[in-house]
Amino acid sequence: MKKLLIFFCLLMTVVVSCAKPGSEPHSASATVQIKGSDTELNLVQRLAEEYMKKTPDARISVTGGGSGTGIAALINKSVDIANSSRAMEQSERDQAKANGVDPWDYVFAMDGLSLIVHPSNRVSTFTLDQLGRIYRGEVKNWKEVGGADSPISLYGRQSNSGTFVYFRNTVVKGDYSTEMKQMNGNAQIVEAVKSDKNGIGYVGLGYIKDRNTGQVISGIKALSLRSDGAAVSPLDPTNITSGKYPLLRPLFHYTNGKPTGMGLGFIQFELSEEGQRIVEREGFLRINEKYKQQNSTKIG
Amino acid sequence: MMRSASREALIHYSFAAAALFAVGILAGIFLLLLTEGFPVFRHVSVSQFFSWNWNPNAYGQPEYGILAQMLGTIMVTVGALVFSIPIGIGAAAYLSEIAAPRTREVIKPLVELLAGVPSVVIGFLGIVVTGPWLARSTGASNGLNALNGSLLLGLMSLPTIVTLTEDALRAVPAEFKAASLALGANRLQTLVRVTIPSAATGVIAACMLGMGRAVGETMTVLMATGNALAPPSGFLDSVRTMTATVAIELGEVPFGTAHYHALFVIGFVLFVFTFVVNSVSDLVLLRFQRKMQG
Repeated sequence: MKKLLIFFCLLMTVVVSCAKPGSEPHSASATVQIKGSDTELNLVQRLAEEYMKKTPDARISVTGGGSGTGIAALINKSVDIANSSRAMEQSERDQAKANGVDPWDYVFAMDGLSLIVHPSNRVSTFTLDQLGRIYRGEVKNWKEVGGADSPISLYGRQSNSGTFVYFRNTVVKGDYSTEMKQMNGNAQIVEAVKSDKNGIGYVGLGYIKDRNTGQVISGIKALSLRSDGAAVSPLDPTNITSGKYPLLRPLFHYTNGKPTGMGLGFIQFELSEEGQRIVEREGFLRINEKYKQQNSTKIG
Repeated sequence: MMRSASREALIHYSFAAAALFAVGILAGIFLLLLTEGFPVFRHVSVSQFFSWNWNPNAYGQPEYGILAQMLGTIMVTVGALVFSIPIGIGAAAYLSEIAAPRTREVIKPLVELLAGVPSVVIGFLGIVVTGPWLARSTGASNGLNALNGSLLLGLMSLPTIVTLTEDALRAVPAEFKAASLALGANRLQTLVRVTIPSAATGVIAACMLGMGRAVGETMTVLMATGNALAPPSGFLDSVRTMTATVAIELGEVPFGTAHYHALFVIGFVLFVFTFVVNSVSDLVLLRFQRKMQG
């Protein structure tokens, strides 16, 4: 009987000690939890690593799951910072308000959303209108847009992705073709297009640029896009900084009110010259003056 | 010290409580799925729900039809079993009846190790290895389709089927085999006509558990079958399964919306699905046992 009692006591100790860490995730000394966009995942992880090197007692954890998932987590108060590659929607803002969350946004980097195809594809430029027709499923064969006579194999993201929503609202302007294969992340689209001669997919700039050369990684081809005027490539930084590239978009962080402590320190680091250099090294683009000013009023 | 009668009672009730706990959890899950899922029918009619188009994040009007996903789940599950049952039973028969004990001691743990490979790794394998291979061998431009999912799920349910079938075959009394051999049957005839039928209960249970593994698997199919929403017309078409839909969409769905409730109904349908599979297999087993006895 005595043994049983000891066993019971041990069991209770284990249960209690297991339950403790989850109950209070947001105390000042806890880890800064960041969650959301897959496009931002590698970049923010790298920024966090560099920040933790400089600030030894800082603890930051960065996970993916998609922009929609990150924003939902912010609304449920389970993360400190949500990563999102799209702006928050009005319905989400309403929900946040109802939950007592006051979303503040920061733009910490820019992305040129890039269209990629197999290197053997003859097509190298598209207008946004053509892209829209392809992704709505109205154009189903490459020969209708200047390519070989073979069916177009569409790759896109899943609905929890900010990129899915951004591309739909900016280019498709309707429902995606139901034949579009919905992939779980940028890297998976790159892998799929590498092995699909008829494939086309959209991914963040950081996923197609070679770190060393600044050119596109081997095995895929990046398309130049035209909205009006000349077709421009996402790989030419002058096109992007001048705003000529039609799918230039801001990458967001969302916080509940003004961040404090380590969260604020991290965002300040990202927006500093050093942080912006890391952004460029990871294949994305530094923020322009407009966003710099918007941010500065919120971190000062 | 307690008297032995009260100690008996204590032990009796604590075991009964453990059993009831499992049943209670099951009932709780059932009720949760029902109460969270059912309100969807305030927004969507039953016939709309059992239609082909699923598009909750529509640009225009959202649609909540789950037939395409149900078909997707059924296709990859059946496809997986087509691969894994013959190979699994063959491997188990080899291990239990043919292989030398030392060979078995090496191979069986290796097969079981396959069960420990994370599903995300298998899914990645599907994108970079089996997918491109299927594309080359079928002439399609890509291999992110139901066949790819079937192949990978078959691979994932193999350890379950091999291990449990082997255990069942080894449990067949040696007298059965000896009698069969004594009557002049060769080893193959003994295996096919005596050993496997005697172990049928265990073999069917092994296949059912393998099927359960395939129905419920999420990450692998989410990565390797393409997840297109269009209803598939064959195994070379991309499919989306019910589990993949819940996994993709539950994380971001606003609480209490039609979409939220619809995802719980999908969970409910999956629950009923496995419940029916288990009940049917129980009935089959019961009938089989009676036949063997009668």
